[in-house]
Amino acid sequence: MRPLTLRRLFLQCSLLAAILFVVVVVALKLGAVPVSLYGLGRDLISVLLHQTKALSSDYGMIVIEIRLPRILLAIVVGASLSVAGTSFQALLRNPLADPYVLGVSSGAALGAVLALIVEPHLALPVWLAALFTPFGAFLGAAATIAAVYFLGQRQGQIDSATLLLAGIISASFLSAIIMFLMTTLSGRDFRGMAFWLMGDLSSSLQASLRWVLGIGFFAAAGAIYTTAGDLNLLLAGEKEAMHLGVDVRRVRLVVYIAASILTGLAVSVSGAIGYVGLLVPHVMRLLFGSDHRTLLPTAAFGGAIALVLADTLARTVVAPSELPVGAMTAIAGAPLFIYLLRRGSA
Amino acid sequence: MSSPAHSSSSWPNLGEAPRAASEVRLSVEQVSYAYSANPSQAPLFTLEANSFQARPGEIVAILGPNASGKSTLLKLIAGALAPLSGRVLLDGFVTHTLAPRARAQRIAMVQQETPLLFPARAWEFVLQGRHPYGRTLRFENEDDVLIARNALAQVGAEDLSDRWMNEVSGGERQRVILARALCQQPLLLLLDEPTLHLDIGAQVDLLATLRRLAAENRYTVVVVTHELNLAAEYADQVVLLQKGKSLRVGSPASVYQRDLLEQVFHTPLTVELGSNGRPRVNLLPTQS
Repeated sequence: MRPLTLRRLFLQCSLLAAILFVVVVVALKLGAVPVSLYGLGRDLISVLLHQTKALSSDYGMIVIEIRLPRILLAIVVGASLSVAGTSFQALLRNPLADPYVLGVSSGAALGAVLALIVEPHLALPVWLAALFTPFGAFLGAAATIAAVYFLGQRQGQIDSATLLLAGIISASFLSAIIMFLMTTLSGRDFRGMAFWLMGDLSSSLQASLRWVLGIGFFAAAGAIYTTAGDLNLLLAGEKEAMHLGVDVRRVRLVVYIAASILTGLAVSVSGAIGYVGLLVPHVMRLLFGSDHRTLLPTAAFGGAIALVLADTLARTVVAPSELPVGAMTAIAGAPLFIYLLRRGSA
Repeated sequence: MSSPAHSSSSWPNLGEAPRAASEVRLSVEQVSYAYSANPSQAPLFTLEANSFQARPGEIVAILGPNASGKSTLLKLIAGALAPLSGRVLLDGFVTHTLAPRARAQRIAMVQQETPLLFPARAWEFVLQGRHPYGRTLRFENEDDVLIARNALAQVGAEDLSDRWMNEVSGGERQRVILARALCQQPLLLLLDEPTLHLDIGAQVDLLATLRRLAAENRYTVVVVTHELNLAAEYADQVVLLQKGKSLRVGSPASVYQRDLLEQVFHTPLTVELGSNGRPRVNLLPTQS
């Protein structure tokens, strides 16, 4: 018997944090413009000391003002998608659930697109306008997961296959609406929109949106973490969990809202990036076990590492041009998804 | 941290937390229930007013043919369903109004097996029984581990501790599930067809274990079963249900009447009294 201790959790997270740090350094170094490790270290230190004006070179500008924000964005988006995927898998008792497969990302994208269309007509102040899109994405995500949850039931029970089908159908239906809306958009950057829909981390964010993204991530992920012990019991079914003292309705509500926030935020800043939320939790489960008290934090780190890696590849393999990061995660993720499906774990 | 009132200091008597000892622990008072697909329609199934009482250390068996309302009655006792009328009292508390956590500290339910989504080891599974005693984000402490070890020992499953739950046999699995229920340190132990899918040796073994646990830990045990002879052998009280109606409540010897059982189960049988004073049912071949 080896129950989980805070010490073990701390060690696991430290290990992953160290890996994340190495990956971030590599990601900062790689790119169309080469940077030396020495110059990188010097520039990072001067940024930390708030001596941004003393930046040594144009290379430093590229690293600090273009690559670093993009990497930080990848960290938050990767962690959000991965935590959302982990909690969807537990809540819906389905190992193949994730925001992308269930159509929640498409719902969030539709919400975001609708918000983009409506927003110019509202004459909102700039800081609020920046928040309008993520809010639309959150509403889209929440509405989609409610619909998929409803459609995925058979005789009052969540049915694994029906749920996945409902998700896939919702995803294609919602994507079709997005396509329709996009073709009616005149004068907008169609290519930029298409790129965003495939998943793209290159857009720069408003300061207010950065704050919302950061705070929203920690609040929603923290809320999900308070249900970690309950999620362990929910894996055995809602009735079973109820008999072990889980307030099933409360847990469902908390996870449902928090996971919608995570998905909505991630999609509104980076588009629909697939497979991170699906696969990272499985890898972490293989490495660290299926206890959600370890799984949720390790999945957050794992998602961050995976997306920083994927984004680095996306901007370097065809340099000086770049791929949408969603294409990168799909290339790596789709085969693994098929493997899980064939293994019959659904 | 578990509160002192519930942490087991009295090793190895797992379930004996200090509690007020009143004679009647479980009191089922005129509970009824109705299932309907649609509130405006006539109910599809009705459980009529049922009453019985049970003391600590007693085993109650709920018997009856399929769809007679056995599992519904068990869910009402567990507080998972709110009765249409009447109430179920456990040491003076109405079970269905207890908060989930408080309920899980008093009532443990062993259900027909549910598949696990992701693999877990037996000890992880057993430790889940400590969940009702933990606060949010609490990690299990040494007390919990001790309680889980004792629970595994009490059902004779220490050696299963490190096995994966999806790799143990049906009988072993049932023991681990029972150990998890013991970890809840309940007053009331409910079992829904625990002998299903078990071979006859494992069935006898399980009921003998229940008998011993009920005596040692002063649990009140309510078990839903189809095994008439096992119920006769191990139960102190029997509740016989037919179409949602309780026909008779009492000792096995008083309930096991040939014509009554024949009428309920629609099959010819004989009832004889064994040397230990407990009845035994023998099925007769039917003429077709």
